[in-house]
Amino acid sequence: MSAGPGLKLDVKDFSELFPQGEDLQRQVGSRRRKEGWAKYLFVFVLMLAIGALATLLYTIINSAFGITAVVNQVEPDELVAAAGYDPAITALEELTYDDLVGLLQVNVSNGAGRRLERERRFYEDRLVWESPEIFAELCSSSEPPTGCDSAPRGHSDLLQMVNERIVEPTVLDAWTLFDSVTRREAIELEILSAEYQEDNPGARPEFRAWLSWQFITSPQNPDPELAGVRTAILGTLWVIAITIVFAFPVGVAAAIYLEEYAKPNRLNRMIQTNINNLAGVPSIIYGMLGLAIFVRALEPLTSGAVLAGDAPHLVENGRTVLSAGITLGLLILPIVIIASQEAIRAVPNSLRAAGLALGATRWQTIRKHILPVALPGILTGSILATARAMGETAPLVVVGASTFIVQDPTGPFSKFTVLPIQIFQWTTRPQVGFQEIAAAAILVLLALLLTMNATAVILRNRYSRSFK
Amino acid sequence: MTGHATHTNTQNPFRKRRRPFEALVKAALFASGALSIATTVGLVVVLTQQALLFFFDPQVSLGEFLTGTAWQPQLGAFGIWPLILATLITSAIAMFVALPLGLACAIYLSEYASARVRGTIKPILEVLAGIPTVVFGYFALNFMTPLLRNVFGDATVQIFNQASAGIVVGILIIPLVSSLAEDAIHAVPQSLREAAYGMGATRLEVSTRVVLPAALSGITAAFVVAISRAIGETMVVAIAAGAAPRNFAFGDDSMLGFIVNPFLSGETMTGHIVRISGGDISYASIDYTSIFAIGLTLFVMTLTLNSISRRFVARFRETYE
Repeated sequence: MSAGPGLKLDVKDFSELFPQGEDLQRQVGSRRRKEGWAKYLFVFVLMLAIGALATLLYTIINSAFGITAVVNQVEPDELVAAAGYDPAITALEELTYDDLVGLLQVNVSNGAGRRLERERRFYEDRLVWESPEIFAELCSSSEPPTGCDSAPRGHSDLLQMVNERIVEPTVLDAWTLFDSVTRREAIELEILSAEYQEDNPGARPEFRAWLSWQFITSPQNPDPELAGVRTAILGTLWVIAITIVFAFPVGVAAAIYLEEYAKPNRLNRMIQTNINNLAGVPSIIYGMLGLAIFVRALEPLTSGAVLAGDAPHLVENGRTVLSAGITLGLLILPIVIIASQEAIRAVPNSLRAAGLALGATRWQTIRKHILPVALPGILTGSILATARAMGETAPLVVVGASTFIVQDPTGPFSKFTVLPIQIFQWTTRPQVGFQEIAAAAILVLLALLLTMNATAVILRNRYSRSFK
Repeated sequence: MTGHATHTNTQNPFRKRRRPFEALVKAALFASGALSIATTVGLVVVLTQQALLFFFDPQVSLGEFLTGTAWQPQLGAFGIWPLILATLITSAIAMFVALPLGLACAIYLSEYASARVRGTIKPILEVLAGIPTVVFGYFALNFMTPLLRNVFGDATVQIFNQASAGIVVGILIIPLVSSLAEDAIHAVPQSLREAAYGMGATRLEVSTRVVLPAALSGITAAFVVAISRAIGETMVVAIAAGAAPRNFAFGDDSMLGFIVNPFLSGETMTGHIVRISGGDISYASIDYTSIFAIGLTLFVMTLTLNSISRRFVARFRETYE
């Protein structure tokens, strides 16, 4: 090989430039060693990242199950005896409906009993607490209580009521799943020890799965033992429904405009830059936008006052499912737009050309040729964006999710709470049981997110066609 | 087309037909695109308007807001520095965690890993990226804080502390740093690598002396975006970093240790907004307008960082595309 023109190498012996013999061996050896170490270091770092994920999941599962020390206000056996059965033979669950009503009559105050009866009757043909005259009067009033036309309560409902109002189990201490498995006997001995019993008479060990069917189906409750996430799950579903209804059509439309119609002029460039900028705005700022615009400025719309008309007493304020849903919609809009743009851009130009050449208008080409091909990509991106919205907490705290509501949300104008807010609230409470139900609620949330992400992956794999 | 021209051309079969429906569709699509502009305008107007109300309040002065080192609304002290300080400390800790780990993951995935390993690792990082931040907050409080307190002692580490929150924010932005840095590394032409390998360079030498310098602007962009993300991160700091602004005073020597000690609790800008708006808040109160002034500060900071990052991205695109 010759040196390039104008370049002269004065070096006669190239060996001056490079190490020789032992020096060379040493240099190569040291470089090889560095290479080997570097590889271990990289693998170690990667393990650290994956280890963090594993530790996170472990921490959550560890809290969501475990032994607890429980004490009852009244032992179930005493109740069985009070109802006239032998506790050795009959369990509380086996008592008849009439026996359970009898227990409630003895142990629950008349006021509480009347409230329960107005909520839902115990018998079709007779009333237990309420006098027939007053009840009839209530039912003919302008706002009849729910007990007037709903079917009577069932056995399991009654059993739960006896449990909540008479037995009243309280969790004194909770142990992690790891401890509960490895040191089970030691923990049980500790709970039954004289010292522990002196402070907490009647305490007994009980393995508790904080994440249970009861937890998923129960409404919110100030007691961690009785609290559930039904209200929060329904709230999440309602808010996300609004988010999708708002963000999906608008996002896809904006993407179509930018990819198919927009000429590269200043306005359109500005729109594109702006969308990229919006994607980087912290989510909490969107919450402030939602608070100022949807909750306050547009209160008559978002609270439902405009539509309420004859029932203004049902309207409270703008802190509704609708406000929250649109706020989250604005938050994920840039993500939906960018994902949809990528999907539309991936559609080969030949399809566009073919449509237009056959005399189809631009919109006909888009609707019949481009969108069907781009749809799987658009859907995948949108589902992932929706999953992101589902886990958002900060904007909804600012918009003003109610932290304590027992009533299920029933529509866009309901007050609401969502799973992440519930998790946040419980995480910040130091009392026994709250970290545990927070962990259980996290598992519910992760399960929901996993379902959505799995749907996105399946969609991507099943419907993605390639035109190569 | 003028009215006159339309009249004379009615018989021309090649005349361009008016399609009102097409125009309507285009208008609707444009409106959807323009909504993003409306959102930005809304953000700026809302934040500025409420912040102005705050600054025009007799208790507040703009100078004090920008230079004050105490945030005590009850006493009428509104200096933003205690909140910014906590934000900077948690973000700095987060970057110490996320930058080396994220970058190492990116280099390993793009330069070392086989296709099969990549196929396994990437989804795991995506799962990490998809976990809601409130879950990371739970993790910080229930795992990282007890861990730090075991290692450094309960006397040194407060229950709510900036170190725990910062480390966990760092973990949660690893996937972001990793994927953005990987994009930048992918943009480096294969020929550069091949040239270096041809000269007998090892994989480490190719990665650190050829690929990294070539991808530097893209990697810088990734870092800047990550900082912006760390500053705007809310739930982890709201749960684990503390619930009171850490007021300080200049000129006091012992204050320096207090200012930079990450094991003390501190309230970030985002944490403060969440705490104030989570309680019962009256729209007429100065608390309400003050969170918008903080929000505006946050918005300006993140926007600046994001535009800087875009400059860097534009540079590496120019070089290699």
